[in-house]
Amino acid sequence: MSIDYASRIPNNVGLDQNKQLQRALEHWQPKYIDWWRDVGPDNSSGYDVYLRTAVSVDPKGWAEFGYVKMPDYRWGIFLTPQEEGRLVNFGSNKGRPAWNEVPGELRSTLRRIIVTQGDTEPASVEQQRHLGQTCPSLYDLRNLYQVNVEEGRHLWAMVYLLHAYFGRDGREEGEALLERRSGDADKPRILGAFNEKTPDWLSFFMFTFLTDRDGKYQLAALAESGFDPLARSCKFMLTEEAHHLFVGESGIARILQRTCDVMKELKSDDPAKVRAAGAIDIPTIQRYLNFHFSVTLDLYGSEISSNAATFYSMGLKGRFDETKIGDDHVLTNAEYPLLDLVGDALVEKHANALQTLNERLRDDYIADCQAGVDRWNKIMEKAGVPARLKLAHKAFHRKIGTFAGAHVSPEGKVVSEAEWTHRSKEWLPSNDDHAFVQALMGRVAEPGKFASYIAPPPRGINNQPQDFEYVRFN
Amino acid sequence: MTALPLVRQHLIDPEICIRCNTCEETCPTGAITHDRRNYVVKHELCNECGDCLPPCPTGAIDSWRRVEAPFPIDQQLVWDSLPADAAPPAPVDGASEVPDDVLRLSEIASAAEGGRVPPPWSAAHPYVGLYSLEKPAIATVAGVHRLTAEDAESDIRHIVLDFGKTAMPVLEGQSIGVVPPGVDPETGKPHHVRLYSVASPRNGERPGHNNLALTVKRVVVDRDGKPTRGVASSYLCDLQKGDKVTVTGPYGSTFLMPNHPGAKLLMICTGTGAAPMRAMTERRRRRMGLGEGGEIMLFFGARRPEELPYFGPLMKLPKELIRVELAFSRVPGKPKEYVQDRIRASADAVRAMLTSDDTFVFVCGHKKMEEGVLAALGDVCKDGGTSFADLKDRMRREGRLHIETY
Repeated sequence: MSIDYASRIPNNVGLDQNKQLQRALEHWQPKYIDWWRDVGPDNSSGYDVYLRTAVSVDPKGWAEFGYVKMPDYRWGIFLTPQEEGRLVNFGSNKGRPAWNEVPGELRSTLRRIIVTQGDTEPASVEQQRHLGQTCPSLYDLRNLYQVNVEEGRHLWAMVYLLHAYFGRDGREEGEALLERRSGDADKPRILGAFNEKTPDWLSFFMFTFLTDRDGKYQLAALAESGFDPLARSCKFMLTEEAHHLFVGESGIARILQRTCDVMKELKSDDPAKVRAAGAIDIPTIQRYLNFHFSVTLDLYGSEISSNAATFYSMGLKGRFDETKIGDDHVLTNAEYPLLDLVGDALVEKHANALQTLNERLRDDYIADCQAGVDRWNKIMEKAGVPARLKLAHKAFHRKIGTFAGAHVSPEGKVVSEAEWTHRSKEWLPSNDDHAFVQALMGRVAEPGKFASYIAPPPRGINNQPQDFEYVRFN
Repeated sequence: MTALPLVRQHLIDPEICIRCNTCEETCPTGAITHDRRNYVVKHELCNECGDCLPPCPTGAIDSWRRVEAPFPIDQQLVWDSLPADAAPPAPVDGASEVPDDVLRLSEIASAAEGGRVPPPWSAAHPYVGLYSLEKPAIATVAGVHRLTAEDAESDIRHIVLDFGKTAMPVLEGQSIGVVPPGVDPETGKPHHVRLYSVASPRNGERPGHNNLALTVKRVVVDRDGKPTRGVASSYLCDLQKGDKVTVTGPYGSTFLMPNHPGAKLLMICTGTGAAPMRAMTERRRRRMGLGEGGEIMLFFGARRPEELPYFGPLMKLPKELIRVELAFSRVPGKPKEYVQDRIRASADAVRAMLTSDDTFVFVCGHKKMEEGVLAALGDVCKDGGTSFADLKDRMRREGRLHIETY
């Protein structure tokens, strides 16, 4: 199979001059397309989708809009431009020139980091593959597909690094990324949240708001890496990740808007009445938020982590906004506060800052989520609806770390097992909630029309009008 | 004397922004910063380069306000929503600002495909907003003439307005506002101002006279195809010679023709989108004797020849002045043809024009044509081995690609 790589794969890595890399990608590309057709968006190969394609890394070049059939999407390989004289900015290698080749002693650690990040990208495409059948509008369907192709591009970005810098091992890892499957009992995806189902659009918006935000924080930490190609890849991926966060945040915002409108029409906050009117009641939205938030918090790993300390000390994975933090960037003698569970009480203690980097990234993430929730609450405030959404306590419903298995309410109170069993259906989506949300998921695919539970967006994509035909089914 | 100028300030809409940081990451001048609450723009550092616009996933970045004094960032940081535009200052000696209605309309017209572009470098300096709603100009109708056949579905009229001793300096590509008399029965308020592109060149519909022409289509169906009666268009189409018309403007400072010798015009329009194209063509026709050169190519679409405004006069234009490509979508017995089909059929000539740095592209017409036209130009470039995406961006930066759709 011969492909004109220069035009088929927009890139700024000199792909046409690197025969070895070309051959590796030539081998991988058909398998990727097979994967896309097998477990990518359902029955979508023939659709023309109004997508944004990145064709270069400068501000003007990475938002080219036009109709594309998704298997023909030009998945490109982009690194932000190299910064002359960039240094390793943290850890024990701080002050040395950033690496442009993988240092031998860091090879397996670095490969593991890249594979773990890379694995999440195809996983989310698999998780979301059936959502197209129940889209609430053409606008949302297009946004789903945009998220999907960009997750695909992020996989390309990681596979490029594996192929370009890790030889045969890297090529094998590249293939394994296409072989694991989200939710598969025998060969699951690496991280737990990426094996959960995304059965409906409320879950999808929560996922893109919460779990893609984990992606943002992981990418931001890797964008600080002393391994320059990884840093530059992740930096570019962050610009695309922003769109995914937007889809989630605005999706929930539009659902809340619709719910508030319905509550005002009905002059009632009775969840049963809101549901009967085809909107989603706020308590249900809160339970979905609790679930996705807690599952995503687990993605940051244990509070105390020697792996995280190693990654940092080696200069491979930094903190969020590392270079903007005013400390020694070595952290050997610094401390960081964290919560511990002592008997029935949550108590703050201090631990070595190097060992608690996961916790620190999780805290940065929580603050960012809180800002988003505050913006959602403004919708209720504006509508005169007294209800507010709240982020659950970080000890709530955790499976990993100090709080794994502990019974903690969303308010952060340790409760008995009996109380947990009794009240958890107030806190987490019940089967009844899932069934109700599922029942709302009819397909709305007429230009300008929206499902009963979601308001239209305030602005179209690329300033297009509301009734724009974002997807043509042909 | 002119009115106190308002400052145009670039802001970020805190209600839409999701704090993704791409704008701050992209900004080449370090003008964007944030705290835990808002992302904000330092007015003194922002050079309006527009680099931050495409990466913004929400559109929050594309917010602009006219203000008397720019908001400092400590004010922006505590906003929950953007403030309203400052009220236009009181007109001084006949000069005034552009009304909100007009700004909104022009913003809609130039909204798609990334918004504002600078004018051609050799454009003449436009006068903007000489006459306001509070202090309008009064024109006298010098004539109304139906351009489409009597049996044609659309009623398009050529209306000539005379301004007597009132100065109304307009350039080709600019518009004026028309305020229909009376009040809107639904709101009880005066009717909104409507914008119409001027169809005549700068020295008048009749050279040397203080008049101008408009091309107005009587609106009989709304956007959804339901029957309606366009308030302003009906008013204008039914005008009689001698009637008085309330006019504001002129408006528009970017969709302007280049004036340097050798400037080439590639014009693409449908329906009454022909107005600015007629103005530019007529300007060039009147100056043919000067031998300034510069090709003109016009792609013009309508349902049938009978529905195409200025069909007769267009056919009489000298071939050495302009190449005209017409596309008709409803001629019985003939396949439907749209302007983008004619563009593709004339690929070689279009490509030759696009590759010249002296070429200025103007697109005007219905919003729906825009995408098809850009796709066709993209194909034409692709077949020639160039990237239209790159070219488009460069042309926009250089003020050589102007799109006004509605």
